[in-house]
Amino acid sequence: MDKNQQIIDSAISQEYEYGFTTDIEQETIPPGLNEDVIRLISSKKDEPEWLLDWRLKAYNQWLKMDEPNWSKLNYPNIDFQAISYYAAPKEKEKLKSLDEVDPELLDTYNKLGIPLEEQKMLANVAVDAVFDSVSVTTTFKEELEKHGVIFCSFSEAVHNHPEIIKKYLGSVVPTTDNYFAALNSAVFSDGSFVYIPKGVRCPMELSTYFRINAANTGQFERTLIVADEGSHVSYLEGCTAPMRDENQLHAAVVELVAHKDAEIKYSTVQNWYPGDPKTGKGGIYNFVTKRGTCLEVNSKISWTQVETGSALTWKYPSCILKGDNSIGEFYSVALSNNFQQADTGTKMIHLGKNTKSTIISKGISAGKGQNTYRGGVKIMKGAENARNYSQCDSILIGDECGAHTFPYIDVRNPSAQMEHEASTSRIGEDQLFYCNQRGISTEDAVSMIVNGFCKDVFNELPMEFAVEAQKLMEVSLEGAVG
Amino acid sequence: MLEIKNLHAGVDGKEILKGISLTINPGELHAIMGRNGSGKSTLANVITGRDQYDVTSGSVTYNGVDLLDMPPEDRALAGIFMSFQYPVVIPGVNNTYFLRTSLNAKLKHQGLNEINAADFMRLIREKLKLVNMDEKYLSRAVNDGFSGGEKKRNEILQMLTLEPALSILDETDSGLDIDALKIVAEGVNNFRNSERSFLAITHYQRLLEYMKPDRIHVLIDGKIVKSGDMTLAHELEEKGYSWLES
Repeated sequence: MDKNQQIIDSAISQEYEYGFTTDIEQETIPPGLNEDVIRLISSKKDEPEWLLDWRLKAYNQWLKMDEPNWSKLNYPNIDFQAISYYAAPKEKEKLKSLDEVDPELLDTYNKLGIPLEEQKMLANVAVDAVFDSVSVTTTFKEELEKHGVIFCSFSEAVHNHPEIIKKYLGSVVPTTDNYFAALNSAVFSDGSFVYIPKGVRCPMELSTYFRINAANTGQFERTLIVADEGSHVSYLEGCTAPMRDENQLHAAVVELVAHKDAEIKYSTVQNWYPGDPKTGKGGIYNFVTKRGTCLEVNSKISWTQVETGSALTWKYPSCILKGDNSIGEFYSVALSNNFQQADTGTKMIHLGKNTKSTIISKGISAGKGQNTYRGGVKIMKGAENARNYSQCDSILIGDECGAHTFPYIDVRNPSAQMEHEASTSRIGEDQLFYCNQRGISTEDAVSMIVNGFCKDVFNELPMEFAVEAQKLMEVSLEGAVG
Repeated sequence: MLEIKNLHAGVDGKEILKGISLTINPGELHAIMGRNGSGKSTLANVITGRDQYDVTSGSVTYNGVDLLDMPPEDRALAGIFMSFQYPVVIPGVNNTYFLRTSLNAKLKHQGLNEINAADFMRLIREKLKLVNMDEKYLSRAVNDGFSGGEKKRNEILQMLTLEPALSILDETDSGLDIDALKIVAEGVNNFRNSERSFLAITHYQRLLEYMKPDRIHVLIDGKIVKSGDMTLAHELEEKGYSWLES
């Protein structure tokens, strides 16, 4: 049986204990959720009263809500009382060398072309002084400070920049937004906070990878990015390296706020454990709420995602185009292989005049994978001359998988211009034979064809990420064609 | 080089090739002529190893090795190339990238170093001139938006780049205007030498006028009913195929 599944099973089979006997070494509280648990989380993090109140309010709203069941995802009921909602980030024991790391994991790292020193960081191997991650991070931080950019953990931000947090937290994704967002608001562990001051073009790509403790992302992440007037930031989330986590349920919330003339580019590569390839057991359930508001005139928010991991993906990075002339973009590649299921897409809500949105979605289904695009474009009454272009393409590999497309369009202003294109294709025997006839193996041909299919999205990724994403597709598709 | 003995093959239980025997020696260009449905393309697909064709009896050997047991990519790596009758479109996959991947697969198979992007560009520019193709084709996706003639020239470009020992030209002349036909034929002719062999499949003798085959075989209902030299092609042009039908 899979190790993760064992951990999950043993966690679930734990008996509920009344009261809180906090084990000093473990720093994990027993499974279960109630107001006391939330108070404990808040006090552990030494949070101000207002934030505790905010969490409690979210919790009480969550109690009244029902788990959504409109998606195409098929999974057993989640027992929310069987989950432990707090675990202190504990220092894992460092390994002495890569020789001690699971060879299968190293094999994957090598296929992805991850440099040795990074492999060590990922696999929790002690790093040489020269390549010390802390020193890299320090130089990085100094450079950002010079420009006035704030990039820190969410908990740090609560203490050091309470006024910004208070102003924006929940302003894009309210606690009542949906079941999983409410849960996250009640129990969120940590996450990232970014503030780009007026007129600043962030001097580098901000990557969670460089943030200390980033590897331990946790179950209930909370991210807030605020781009002040005329600023620009590109944020990279995730990692192509396979991520394993003992927590099966993930429910993150990401909020983006773009002020006048500001631009936020948010790129994600998600490669969480998809479960056992033969049974699908043990994979991560990923329920994410991501939304950005183009608050003022001429602002722009661009989401790019490459989703290859998780057993379940429930994710709709969206844009509220409030400011006039604001622009929202969504570029997505979602792969479901073996037993994976993805229900993902976007919402573009046009409120301001001359607002524009672009949606490019590429779904890949292989094995018994089920891939759903679900997108909503809403043109509200005041959104004069709004424009949307949507393109949703699906590709099927094999005959046991499925692709589904649900585009919802709601236009309340007659000046709107809408374009929608959709296609579903199968990797053809003729394409594979053509490649074979040129000496290219079937496996290489599939990854070449799929990468070609995803090109429009990969082009939106920062250069380095794009190369990694291509390799990731190859690794994720291994064995997709017999 | 290529030796086909009493080959029977078909699709979905329907026999299409009914006992083909054919030997092509190094440096020879053979032509197969025949009507639609006579089995010409089936023969090409069986030699190159397309999955849906079943060989029921007979043998195909290439340099003494049994071809029929090899997967199609291994046949290609061994030096067998087919210029497709209908070249396939692969959206989003860059033409240059595709051809370099293909060449590198071959170089790797031969135990040689892969060619880097810069050296490949130099090589491909030379080859482009031979088929009178513009560099703009390099940046397009494989056969995407190519006209019929451009696709066929692209096939010949691939042949010239991969330098196969045996090239099968499956109706490379169809859909070509007279200028394009000349370019393709010249590309092939300049590529011929004492080691390289060719099997050209065609309806018409027009292509053969330019290529001057060593042998011509007439295929009717899955059998080679007559073989000869260029005079046979002329005869067919005059009389059609019916006089050969039994």
